[in-house]
Amino acid sequence: MGGILSIQNIRKGVNQCMSERTFVGGIHPSYSKEYTAGIPITSARPPSQVIIPLHQNIGAPCEPVVEVGDEVKLGQKIGEPKGFVSAPVFASVSGKVTKIEPYNHPLGNPVEAVFIESDGQDTPFEGMEPTKPLEQLTVDELKTIAKEAGLVGLGGATFPTHVKLAPPPETSIDTVIINGAECEPFLTADHRLMLEYADDIVYGLMAFMKALGAKKGIIGIEDNKPDALQSMEKAVSEGKGEYDIEVHALHTKYPQGAEKMLIKATTGREVPTGALPMAVNVVNQNVGTAVAMTEAIKLGKPLYERVVTITGPGISQPANLMVRNGTLISDIIEQCGGMTDDARKLILGGPMMGLAQPSTDVPAIKGTSGVLILTEEFVEELPIDPCIKCGKCLEGCPMNLPANFIGSASEMGKMDLAERYGAMDCFECGCCTYTCPAKRPLVQWIKIAKGEITASRKK
Amino acid sequence: MDRKLVVSSSPHLRSPEDIQSVMVDVLVALFPVALMAVFLFGYRALVTMVIAMVVAMVTEAIILRKKDIFGDGSAAVTGLLLAMTLPPSPPWWVVAVGSVVAIVIGKHLFGGVGNNIFNPALVGRAVLAVSWAGHVAGDVWIQPVPFDLTVLSVTRTTVSDAVTAASPLATYDASLLDLFIGTVPGSLGETSALALIIGAIWLYFRGHIDWRIPGGFIGIVFIMGLLDGGFTMGVYHVLAGGVLLGALYMATDMVTSPVTPIGKIIFGVGCGVVTMVIRMFGTMPEGVTFGILLMNALTPIIDNLTIPKKFGEVKKNDA
Ligand code: SF4
Ligand code: SF4
Repeated sequence: MGGILSIQNIRKGVNQCMSERTFVGGIHPSYSKEYTAGIPITSARPPSQVIIPLHQNIGAPCEPVVEVGDEVKLGQKIGEPKGFVSAPVFASVSGKVTKIEPYNHPLGNPVEAVFIESDGQDTPFEGMEPTKPLEQLTVDELKTIAKEAGLVGLGGATFPTHVKLAPPPETSIDTVIINGAECEPFLTADHRLMLEYADDIVYGLMAFMKALGAKKGIIGIEDNKPDALQSMEKAVSEGKGEYDIEVHALHTKYPQGAEKMLIKATTGREVPTGALPMAVNVVNQNVGTAVAMTEAIKLGKPLYERVVTITGPGISQPANLMVRNGTLISDIIEQCGGMTDDARKLILGGPMMGLAQPSTDVPAIKGTSGVLILTEEFVEELPIDPCIKCGKCLEGCPMNLPANFIGSASEMGKMDLAERYGAMDCFECGCCTYTCPAKRPLVQWIKIAKGEITASRKK
Repeated sequence: MDRKLVVSSSPHLRSPEDIQSVMVDVLVALFPVALMAVFLFGYRALVTMVIAMVVAMVTEAIILRKKDIFGDGSAAVTGLLLAMTLPPSPPWWVVAVGSVVAIVIGKHLFGGVGNNIFNPALVGRAVLAVSWAGHVAGDVWIQPVPFDLTVLSVTRTTVSDAVTAASPLATYDASLLDLFIGTVPGSLGETSALALIIGAIWLYFRGHIDWRIPGGFIGIVFIMGLLDGGFTMGVYHVLAGGVLLGALYMATDMVTSPVTPIGKIIFGVGCGVVTMVIRMFGTMPEGVTFGILLMNALTPIIDNLTIPKKFGEVKKNDA
């Protein structure tokens, strides 16, 4: 239904003149980026202790390769992956391993974690050395670098990067897309990276292109970040050499940065339901992942820190901080002046897909893109009204799903009906719940349906 | 740090829009129409509208046992829409009965907001048309006199005091300009195409209606009129009678129309076809009410048959 005459195209016609690259559906929440968009990235205070979970990616967890009492150095590997779809984890301080036991995890259930008491020295691990320049690196070396540096998708999905760099032999990848859309409200980590690390992003993209043999590179950025567009344009024209790289301005709309929506907007290709981007010869990487790849090549630095946006009406001093893996969120909040009196909710990630946390005693992990603190007015319990069949959820769904029907089916416990309506295609972007005037928790019901359907398939 | 953090499932942001704000937008859209009604038919139009709205709201508040008379605003909308379908000066009790029927039978017998199958205002209108035809159809239409607010003043409550006139759908002789401005006999809300269109543009930009239902409805009415009597007749059929009121405000009632894009087109076209069949071949001059009510009944089926293709869904035979 993406025709010229679709309602979205007509209604948004005026906006689209500015940048026509987009997808059908989606919503326009208030972006609230002003808290931190203008604040440069600074380093967080070095933590006195870090608690590093041994499972920080989609896929298999790690096994500890250190023991209680061991001395470790900054950047030393402390967890070795147990499977192919997995990524190692590293010490983010130098010091002594004091405990290895389960601890709170942003995803909910406690996970085995390595506790390291910092010696305050940040003595670097000897293995952290620059590799070769990109021209001299082979495809296999590039894949090994990504794997050994523990790279995962830093947009929040945390899919191991080296797996994306190793498509099955029958698939050829012609395009690598760098995701700089940053469509989640409040978050500005990627925006700042594009301003401050533009050259590294381009370099990382070229490394991904080389590793995949892709001819084309695209950097997609929402057009509400004109300074980032400019900065990336400049870095591309200076750094691309013979690589074919384009910067695309995308219509500002949530979820423009969702993998399938971004591919549709930049290449016009539609990833089939249930398939991966590889099916349309594309690989997506986040801007943060591109920077991490560059640092792994140029400095030999594994992924032990990342940029995190600390923001929201409930934090005293919003900031974009370089945060070490395993730093407690309570520590980060404290250095940002603490929470305001009316703060009521802590979210790791953005407000649309991030996870609310019951406690601030939880470590920052590779996938932590934001620490968002919301106040009283955001947590008000809204009464759920009957569906008034306005169709706004359907119109807003980027996957074109009848969220109203799936939600109601799930609410009534009819999971087979929910499945028939397409529950499994929902990627939980939350547009439907956001937009529903009857305040129906649609995606929440759909998540329940997905859980039950998956469980019954396993039987 | 000992504070209770609220944990709930994402998303953590909600759009500021709720049912009440949607209903307020509909009331705002109907404001130019109401203003035009007073301008054309005098104070009595205002009295009819107020009675219809107040009775609808009070009835709903009693049913829901709520002190908040305005509530989610849907009863006020129903009342006002009902008034829009009535002649300028029916007896007050006819208006009140219409509102009670609309809210009780049209809405709450089906389970209240969101669950009703038929457009409540049109249920009220239909019951009045069947039970008290003499008060809502036939010789009740008057020639409006713009700016003369006393045409039917509050004291003169019967139609016979004013000059009765035939509906343009009985005579087929009104000028297109009169039909556009609204200076023709008709129900309160239907005569002025201009006011109806202004309100609809507002609703469109607020995202509460899209082009599919009105487009299908008005489009097919125009085409059938055109085939029947040429271009002018096509336009005439669109502007005269209740087509615009019905297509822009009644058929687009969210609860009783389909949610799917294709379903909306089918629904709109269906409303238009029934309307025209009644106009051209039926014994009644107007068929908008029954056209929409009939399609209301088919809405659940239409929705179920027109669930859109998912993003990335491949054609069945390639799968
Ligand atoms: S149904 Fe799923 S994919 Fe569609 S809007 Fe809701 S959360 Fe997003
Ligand atoms: S947005 Fe809410 S009220 Fe509207 S159709 Fe969807 S579920 Fe129903």
